[in-house]
Amino acid sequence: MSANRENGREAILGALRRSLKRAPGDGAAAQVEARLAAKGRGPVPARAQLSPAAQVDLFQAMAEELSSSVSRVARLDQVPGAIAAYLSRHNLPPRLRMAPNPMLETLPWDKAPLLNVSSGRSDGTDEVSLTGAFAGVAETGTLMLHSGATHPTTLNFLPDTHIVVLKASDIVGPYEDAWDRVRAARQGADMPRTVNFVTGPSRTADIEQTIQLGAHGPRRLHIVIVEDGAPAAGASGQGNAP
Amino acid sequence: MQSSARSFTENARVAMADPQLKRALSKVKVGFIDKRATAAERLPEFEALRDTARDIKNHTLEHLDLYLERYEETLRAAGGHLHWCATAEDARAAVLEICRRAGAKTVTKGKSMISEEIALNDYLEKNGITPVETDLGEYIIQLRHEPPSHIIAPAVHLTKETIEADFRKIHTQFAEGRSLSEPRDLVDEARQVLRERFLKADVGITGANFLIAETGSSVIVTNEGNGDLTQTLPRIHIVVASLEKVVPTLEDMSAILRVLARSATGQEFSTYTTISTGPRRAEDLDGPDEYHVVLLDNGRSEMLGSEFREVLRCIRCGACMNHCPVYHAIGGHAYGWVYPGPIGSVLTPALIGVEEAGNLPNASTFCGRCESVCPMRIPLPKLMRHWRTREFERHLSPKAVRFGLAFWAFFATRPALYHWVTGLQARIMGALGRRKGRFASLPLAGGWTRHRDFPAPEGRTFQDLWAERQKARGG
Repeated sequence: MSANRENGREAILGALRRSLKRAPGDGAAAQVEARLAAKGRGPVPARAQLSPAAQVDLFQAMAEELSSSVSRVARLDQVPGAIAAYLSRHNLPPRLRMAPNPMLETLPWDKAPLLNVSSGRSDGTDEVSLTGAFAGVAETGTLMLHSGATHPTTLNFLPDTHIVVLKASDIVGPYEDAWDRVRAARQGADMPRTVNFVTGPSRTADIEQTIQLGAHGPRRLHIVIVEDGAPAAGASGQGNAP
Repeated sequence: MQSSARSFTENARVAMADPQLKRALSKVKVGFIDKRATAAERLPEFEALRDTARDIKNHTLEHLDLYLERYEETLRAAGGHLHWCATAEDARAAVLEICRRAGAKTVTKGKSMISEEIALNDYLEKNGITPVETDLGEYIIQLRHEPPSHIIAPAVHLTKETIEADFRKIHTQFAEGRSLSEPRDLVDEARQVLRERFLKADVGITGANFLIAETGSSVIVTNEGNGDLTQTLPRIHIVVASLEKVVPTLEDMSAILRVLARSATGQEFSTYTTISTGPRRAEDLDGPDEYHVVLLDNGRSEMLGSEFREVLRCIRCGACMNHCPVYHAIGGHAYGWVYPGPIGSVLTPALIGVEEAGNLPNASTFCGRCESVCPMRIPLPKLMRHWRTREFERHLSPKAVRFGLAFWAFFATRPALYHWVTGLQARIMGALGRRKGRFASLPLAGGWTRHRDFPAPEGRTFQDLWAERQKARGG
């Protein structure tokens, strides 16, 4: 390591302080602490501040606009059937690589006896993955997924088709509400290794600005919303599968 | 990257005579502009969010030393390593050292303008490590040994026929008679080739759209998913980022994200926004074992104390070049270095010197479209004007320009004389051009009339008409 690089930190911070004419006791440190503690929000779009039921509808509308497909079921035990139907509708193989998530593992898979379900990370050979979602953000139909024991990140990116089970009660309005949920769930622990906001399947417009889906990640993203009781019950647009 | 900014004028001339480039650029003019306008219109809070985004960055820049110290603390707490690099050379060396220690042979790369700025690929190759660009556009230009011509659409200067020819030449593992005429075919072939590379790479290098002081995270915003495969699969993830990327909190990032994709591609939100914090945890089933951030200064700490501070608000969305008539005419390569368009005209002289790139800020009509669409409200024309002043003060401008300016200044500082001479000129030209209303050629104005007619004055100067109007109003 060169002498330069060893001094990099002090050299850079020194240059910054000179440029900012930083003086000790100028109160800047207190301002920074206050700002970090406040976690203040900028203008939150009005469309992200709806009733819970309307948020679920907005989530679905935005997700579909941005090339995800969405189906709704009333109860968790209907998920295996909904997935089997989706796979057969798209001529996909009845094999799922599933996240080791208790919510998914305890589903009544015997209701879809033709499905072959295994659990773990992806090594790149799986055609279809199934994961849960930490939250849905209605504002732009965005999923919030995060890494951890119940959700390997490779399942979000390697398979051609990614199926996500999302509880309606986990759908929030704006991104900021999703961050509040992350903070509450972690209770002071640091962030998960990775948080993925996912809005639709992989895409590129690098060739003559024509949009192509499935650049490197999934070609299809299918979201099964489970209307688990309270907020979303009776919402419009039920069961509209593509 | 070796700069050719010095020969900007010649570069521009060559670019304008290239019909293939003209065809490719014609799509920029409509596509990006319409999509941005639609997205901005659809979000009533868009203009207010631009103010917020500007204020967030202004606050952060004013306290940049403190936020970086906090960022270092939170990053370390999450198990990451931070490498402070004052120069491009330091940053290259830091990356190489990590790769060598890991015994890396191949590194996959997500799209990163900082990697271009420090010319990382050439350096790694010279040191026996193969870098593989995985963003489709970057992959294509890497095959062609070209720099990007746009900061978010690096291959925007190429047509699909050119890309097809390149793939046929280089992907010799596939059947010769295969169909490759459609963008879909090209995307599928690149996906297949790069998938293998992702799975075999030892190190993954990405850039960062944001660094977050609150959490010690780095953030990438992409559409293809290549950045995520780059940083999830290999054993080591290296982030290369410049130090002005830091923002205080997740809320601040969220606010700026609302203007980023809309300004860049007109999307409501990019497909993938990924917030990474440290290496894999004990309970994780995948992810890298090591997480490094190579933090680059390269002159930015100096810019912070200069009249160019505002350019450090830039979030690299590309809206300024998408809306620039000069960029539309000449594309990105003519600018001769990493950052093209209006942002390049302001940033490049700061990073590689006004001696080298002083001509770039002259490549503007000052129409102001760049400033009017910049999500961070950077006054790009004003900053270009600052560079022009510096170029003039340092006697770097060409003789003809200096002579012309001195000639004009002689009259401009003598109002009565100026008035008389311009009045005479307007009368003479008005009389000569009365019949046609325009001139097809004019002495001393060949540069203009070679491409278009010069409209004939109507015989009176603006000042005459103004004075008359004021008088009429008063009376």
